[in-house]
Formats: sequence, C-alpha cells, structure tokens
Amino acid sequence: MSLPFLLEIGTEEIPDWMIPGALENLRLLFEKLEIPHESIAMDATPRRLVLRAEGLPERQADSEERVMGPAKSAPAQAVAGFARKQGIQPEDLAVEATAKGEYYCFTRKVAGRASKDILAEALPGLILAINFPKTMYWTAKGGPRFIRPIRWLVALLGDEIVPFEIAGVHSGALTSGHRRLGAREIAITAADYEQRLRDHYVILSAEERREKIRKELAGVRIKPDPALLETLVYITEYPTAITGGFDAQFLELPEEVLVTVMRHHQKYFSVEDERGKLAAQFVAVMNIPADPEGFVRRGNERVLRARFNDARFFWETDRKKTLLQRLPDLKNVTFQAKLGSYHDKTKRIMGLVRQLGGKPLSVRAARLCKCDLTTEMVKEFTELQGVVGGLYARADGEPEAVWQAVYDHYKPENMDDAIPRNLAGQYVSLADKLDTLIGCFGIGLMPTGSRDPFGLRRAAQGVVKILVEGKINVRLLDVLEGHESLQAFFADRVRFYFEEHLGFAYDEVRAAMASGWNDLKDLEARLNRLQKLRSSPDFEPLAASFKRIRNILNQAGWQAECPVDPALLEAGPEQDLYEEYGRIAGQPIEHVIAKLRPKVDLFFDKVLVNAPDARVRQNRLALLHTLLAEFSPMADFSEIVTHS
Amino acid sequence: MQSFQDIIFTLKRYWADRGCIIQEPYDVEVGAGTMCPETFLRVLGPQPYRVAYVQPSRRPADGRYGDNPNRLFKHSQLQVILKPTPDDAIEQYLGSLEAIGIDLRKHDIKFEEDNWEAPTLGAWGIGWQVMLDGLEITQFTYFQQCGGIDLDLVPAELTYGLERLAAFLQAKDSVYDIEWAKGFSYADVRYRDELQYSVYNFEAADIPTLWKLFDLHEGEAARLLKLYDPKAADKRRFPLLPTYDHVLKCSNLFNTLDSRGAISVTERVGIIQRVRKIAVGVAQAWADQQQEAAQ
Repeated sequence: MSLPFLLEIGTEEIPDWMIPGALENLRLLFEKLEIPHESIAMDATPRRLVLRAEGLPERQADSEERVMGPAKSAPAQAVAGFARKQGIQPEDLAVEATAKGEYYCFTRKVAGRASKDILAEALPGLILAINFPKTMYWTAKGGPRFIRPIRWLVALLGDEIVPFEIAGVHSGALTSGHRRLGAREIAITAADYEQRLRDHYVILSAEERREKIRKELAGVRIKPDPALLETLVYITEYPTAITGGFDAQFLELPEEVLVTVMRHHQKYFSVEDERGKLAAQFVAVMNIPADPEGFVRRGNERVLRARFNDARFFWETDRKKTLLQRLPDLKNVTFQAKLGSYHDKTKRIMGLVRQLGGKPLSVRAARLCKCDLTTEMVKEFTELQGVVGGLYARADGEPEAVWQAVYDHYKPENMDDAIPRNLAGQYVSLADKLDTLIGCFGIGLMPTGSRDPFGLRRAAQGVVKILVEGKINVRLLDVLEGHESLQAFFADRVRFYFEEHLGFAYDEVRAAMASGWNDLKDLEARLNRLQKLRSSPDFEPLAASFKRIRNILNQAGWQAECPVDPALLEAGPEQDLYEEYGRIAGQPIEHVIAKLRPKVDLFFDKVLVNAPDARVRQNRLALLHTLLAEFSPMADFSEIVTHS
Repeated sequence: MQSFQDIIFTLKRYWADRGCIIQEPYDVEVGAGTMCPETFLRVLGPQPYRVAYVQPSRRPADGRYGDNPNRLFKHSQLQVILKPTPDDAIEQYLGSLEAIGIDLRKHDIKFEEDNWEAPTLGAWGIGWQVMLDGLEITQFTYFQQCGGIDLDLVPAELTYGLERLAAFLQAKDSVYDIEWAKGFSYADVRYRDELQYSVYNFEAADIPTLWKLFDLHEGEAARLLKLYDPKAADKRRFPLLPTYDHVLKCSNLFNTLDSRGAISVTERVGIIQRVRKIAVGVAQAWADQQQEAAQ
C-alpha cells in the first residue's frame, strides 16, 4: 500500500531569507533516509516548514541476511548452539563450501521495518539537523537548537500520526492557522491540509502568495524589485498589497533617499509615473486579506511621513556645510586602528589616483569621496554612503565628472553590479579598493576560509571588473609590486572573473594567464582570440603538439636560449618546419595555424628529436623552443586540455 | 481616547494578571530598560522571574531640543521579562496589544528578524522587531547570553516603545501632541526635559568633569569587584547591586560624553571595553552569588 506523508514543523517567525535554503536542506535530509517515494513537495510560510511526499510504502521490502556458522567439522555442541541462536533446529542449517572449507550457514529473512517506525526514529534528529545560519535555544541551557522555537509538529503517514517529540512538543495532527484570523488548533488530514490552512488564512504555497501579490500590483506602475517581492512572500502567510500616498512636497528630496526609506526601512515598493519619475505613492504588502477601513494604509502613511520628515531634516542640516568643509572631520573617523583615519585614507586614495594616471578632476573626486561619512544622512542610511556624497557634491555645484565619481565609487558592489559610469569614478573606486587591499594585507588581515570581514574578495573582484570592463590602462602587477601575497590573491580573483563571470574555460584562462596578466584588458583580448581559435580544427592537434614540445623540453632540462643553427638541420620535415617558422614568425597565430600544423605533425612523425649526435639533438631542442616561444606572448598552449 | 497613562495602566494590569511583579522605574539613569538590574541581573541564574516596569531611557545623542516630532532624549519603555519563556509568549504579547484596543484582525502585524546585541553588556539575543502597520512598536528578544554567560533559562524580553504606541493609538504625528492625561499633553510633561538635556548634552556639559566622574565611578566599581570573593562564607552580603549602579553611571557618562562630541572613534572602542569589563565582572559575580543562594 502506498501512503502520503506530511511533515509540518510549526515555528515562530523564521527570518524570510533563510526559508528557501532551509526547505532545500530539509528535502535533502529526507531523501537521505532512503525511504522510497514517488514525489516530494516543499512549502513554507514564516511559521511552518512543510514536506509532503507521495507514495511511501507502509513497510520497507523484506530482505535476506546470510549468517555464517561454525565449520562442518566443529563439535555438535557448537553447531547446536549456533542453530539455537538463530532460533532453528540444527537440521535446518545449510552447508556452504568456502575457500576455507565447508561451513554451516543460515539465510535469515529480515522483515522490512514499518516506514512509520523509521520516520518516528529519524525525524527528531533530521529536523534539528536542518542547517540555519544562526540558531537559538529556548527551553533551557543545553536544550535543542533551532532557528526559532518549535511550537507544534504535524507528522502524518497516511491517517496515522508518526509519533515523536522535540523540546517537549509532541507530533500530532493539529496545525495552526493565521495568528489572528485563524484558529490556534486545526485538525487536519494529509488530504485536506492545504485547504484547511486556506480556510484559516494561510496560503501555503509560496508561488501562490507571489502570484497574489503580483496580480494585486498589476494596476500600479511599481519599480520592479524581485528581491523585495521574495522577502514579502516569505514574511507573510496571507499577503495583500495596498497602495498609499505621501505629500508630493517630499519629492523635492533626492529620489535615492526616498526609495531607500521605502525599500529598506519600510519594505514598500516605490511607484513611478508615466515618465518614469518617482510618484508620491507606495505599495505595502500586509499580512491580512483586506483593509476596508483604511487603518493599515493610514498607519503606514503616517510612519512614512515621519521618516521622510527625518530625511528632510538630515538633508537641511547636512547642507549647512559643503562636502569639502567636512574633510577635516574625517580625522575623527577611524578606518582601521593600524591604518589610520579616513582622512589618512583619503590622502592615500588621492595618491593612488594620481599614480594610476588620474587627472585633476579624478583627484578632486578622491578628495571628496569619503566626506559623506560625517553626514547625518549617512549615519541614518549607511547603505547610501557614496550616493549621498554624490548628491551633496552635485548640490555644492561640483562638476558632473566629480559628483558622479563620488556617487559611484563603491561600485561594483557585486559581480552583477555595473562599474562606475565615468573614468574619474573608475579611478577613485580602483584606488579606494586597492588601498584597502594593500593596507589590510600589509597588517596581516587577509581573508581566511569563509571569513572576510573587510570584504577583500569583493574589493579585489571589483578591481578586476573595473580594469577589464573599463578597459583601463593600468598594469595591475606593477601597482602591486612588492606585495607578493596580494598578487597571488589577485591571481585567484582574475581566474574567477574570467571563468565564472565571463564563462571562459579554465584551461583557456590558465593558458592565457601563463603568458602574463599584468594588463587585464590585454588578457581579455587574448582570451577572446584563444576562444575563437579553439573552434579551428587545427587547434587541438597543435595544442597537443605544443604540450609534447613542452614535455620534451622539460625532460631535456632545456634552458639555453641558443639560436637554431640552420647548418645542422636535416633536409625534409625538420628543414621544412624551420622554413615554415621563418615565413610565419611575427604573424598572429590565427593566420598561420592551418599552415603550421601539418609541418609540426610531420616533424614529430618523421624526425627523432633525441638524435644520437648531441649537437643535432641540441639544435632540434632549440628549434622546438623557438617555435613555442613564438606564440607564448599570447598564451601557453601547452596548458590547453586536449582530448586526443 | 486612551491617554498615555491609561495605556500604561492597562499594560501593567495585563502583565500583573499574567503573574508579573510590577516594578517602578529604576532610580539610576539608564540608556535602556534592559540595563536595569531587574533585567540585566535577574535573567542570570536558575530562578524563574516575571517582572514588568516602565523605564525612562536616556539617549543623550538622540535629543533634538524638543524640535523633532519623533526623536527624544528620554523615551519610555515598558520592559517585560518572562523567565522562563512560556510557550505562548507571543500570543500573550499579542493579547496585550488587544488589551489596549488594537484589533489585530484589522491591522497588519509582522515579526521581522532583528537580533539584539549589547557589546557593553556582553549580552545578546535572538528575536524580532514587531511591526504594526509599518511602525516598529516592540522589540521581542529571547535572551541567549548576558555578561558573557549562557543563560540557564531563556527569558523573553518585551520592550514596548510607549510613545510610539500612544502616538499610534491617538493618531498623532508628533509625540509632543500625545495626551498624557486629560488636559495635559506630552509636551506639557516632557518638553522641558528635552530642551534642557539637549542643551546640556550637546553644549553645556563640562567635558573634564564628566571624564573625572567616569573615572571615579569606574574606579569604585573596579575596587569593589576586586574585593568580591567567591569562596567567602557570607558572600551574599557583598554589595554587588551598588557596584552595578556605578557601572550604570559610567554607561550614562559615556553616552553623554559621546553626544558632547568628546569621544573620537578611536577612543570609543577602548571606552566600550572599559564599561564592558566592569559590567561583565558584576554579571559574573552575581551569577556566582545567586548559585550559592539557590543551593
């Protein structure tokens, strides 16, 4: 008989962002039990993690187990003892011939365990094994740990309760509805579970909650925000979108500030008018089905008004000083105990911008870039650092290149974020990140394992992205001269960027980097060529030959840089290869690969490198080395993985 | 309309009915209700405890001379400690909102992740900020550690922001317009506090004097802590509560110095460490003293 299984872990409100990961983890843990099933469905709301599986067997299949007994030659007493232990008569024992002689044995039938028993035994450990980024205890010291307290448990296999207990909570067939619109205890079966929840104002399916919000947003021109939508899906059990408004006077404040207040502090969608300008409206998503009297709307409007008033107060207070007048205040803001204040950092950033080739406007932007750290606005909205500086710089009348550079200089915040929009911003961002990296590595604060408190990986990744996408003329390794561990750190980031972000094959990246990566825009150009070249039918065989050449040279311990002596060349394939080399030298490999490859093949086919005459041998090695060296500025082709 | 004090009466009655001792505010200045001995020390040790009190909480840097409608130097927290946490703590909490007339079927309540941490107290917990129609009205925390000690029983701490609740219930845009009692506004009662403490904290406080006071209180706390002997037969007589008062004085002086702009960011970490040291010292001695008492 095949049975449905329902597990609901009822908890207090789980942080929204942890829920999808926890569900996936729960599914994997369940599958590890290896109980056969036809399908699994996972669902969750903030207050429940749910696993539903179909088609579980009532019991596991029976199995057989072979038990070896004493040797046939053993005394009868021992044989009888063995039989007794197995619960049978000695005459029922079989005899099996083995390499060591004949032995008594017995095939025992093992009845399959009931799925219910397996689940009852496994579930407490399984549930507590779900991985959360942070856990708590709630009963008493030493008690079980989970993301939030577990308050009820539903575990049903078919019609039967799978009995177990965690932290004093016993599994049963009672779920719980919406905190205020539903009943606290609701009897359910596996079949009516989802409907019963719906009756009590819980929409179990995240997809359905998402669709409900989407549909309700359809009439309003909101700024799309998929991350916010996900948050709202997992912070509600019965989401409903409502639209509110605010005084249009607040639209005089910078849009960035208004959107941040709505988005990050209030979890509202912001609304645009037909021309894409911010409208004096917002959309909130509440956890109840309706707001007929407008209580929720008016409440949210009042909160937003207070927050916008605060923002206006900050804006007006901050504007009493120009951004530049704030520069001395940075002496009181520590960047890092050993690396000094932000005033010190600013001076270093300015120096680096000059060193990288920045012009006076870039240096000006560098001077201003950290000044917003002392503003009330950034103290209140730390996520707007940089942006606020840019806005104040614009209000101070700084040139566009300067204010945009200040505005953008924390970018890119991640691999999908854009780099700063202008060259000054790119220089300042590079200099800021390089200063942090050089400084932190200099005092031994490198990232270890998953710990990277200063965000150094992200900073280095940002440097790589700006250099490549901005096509900046900077020789990275020269800038990092004398910082060997930082160079090695960057090698990983460069590799990561080209492999994971741009999708180059790892052997292409290794081959191209082996020919240098001081100039990243050049590295990118070579990689593009290499990738194109790879589709040529001559490429793989030639790469294989180059690998062979590399091996031969390595084995011979080849080091000398001696030129090829034409007099020592043997007529035929060797001579031909040398002449071909003479014709193609200096040309890009793309143009010559078709001509070169047959000559190389023929050479290896017909010529013995390891010639008996030492001078001939040396000369052949010199020829091979010359050939390899010819293309090495582009890539080390011997790093290419070939399939032949 | 319920006045500010009506709301307080109702909430106190509500928690008294659920087994809480109703305490009066602590008589040493604190930055938050959590810092009162009724929370900071009582959460330690194995003895169950339930208490509720309104604590005026001083945040010198948040003062705005009485000009800003939402920011206060001194606001009122209703602090509830339920130790150990009952299984239905959240239900009880929601019930308290209904007791002051909020129909939760018509309002939007959300529990948003917000873990609380007080580095100066070596304390942290897991919990939420409770949002009512987009307004943060309460901090709900399951204490995990206090004074660097894993807690034997996990208490739930509820901290209600009373001005916000009152402004919500009375539909006021400014806290100063809240009706405190019939015929008296919040401004009538508290405006002078806001103005005068803002002047003092931002302009008038004498920095060298405050530093001197800080050193004196720190010295007295440290002197006493050194005298605490876990093996002493009569250690329950040891004056840890008065020692803790000096810790609270230090904490408030630190906040005042900070708002006065007297503490550079570099110094800041060091001062926090100094306060933490005596706070954690008291907590640990207290836990030891309580253990003895429990036996």
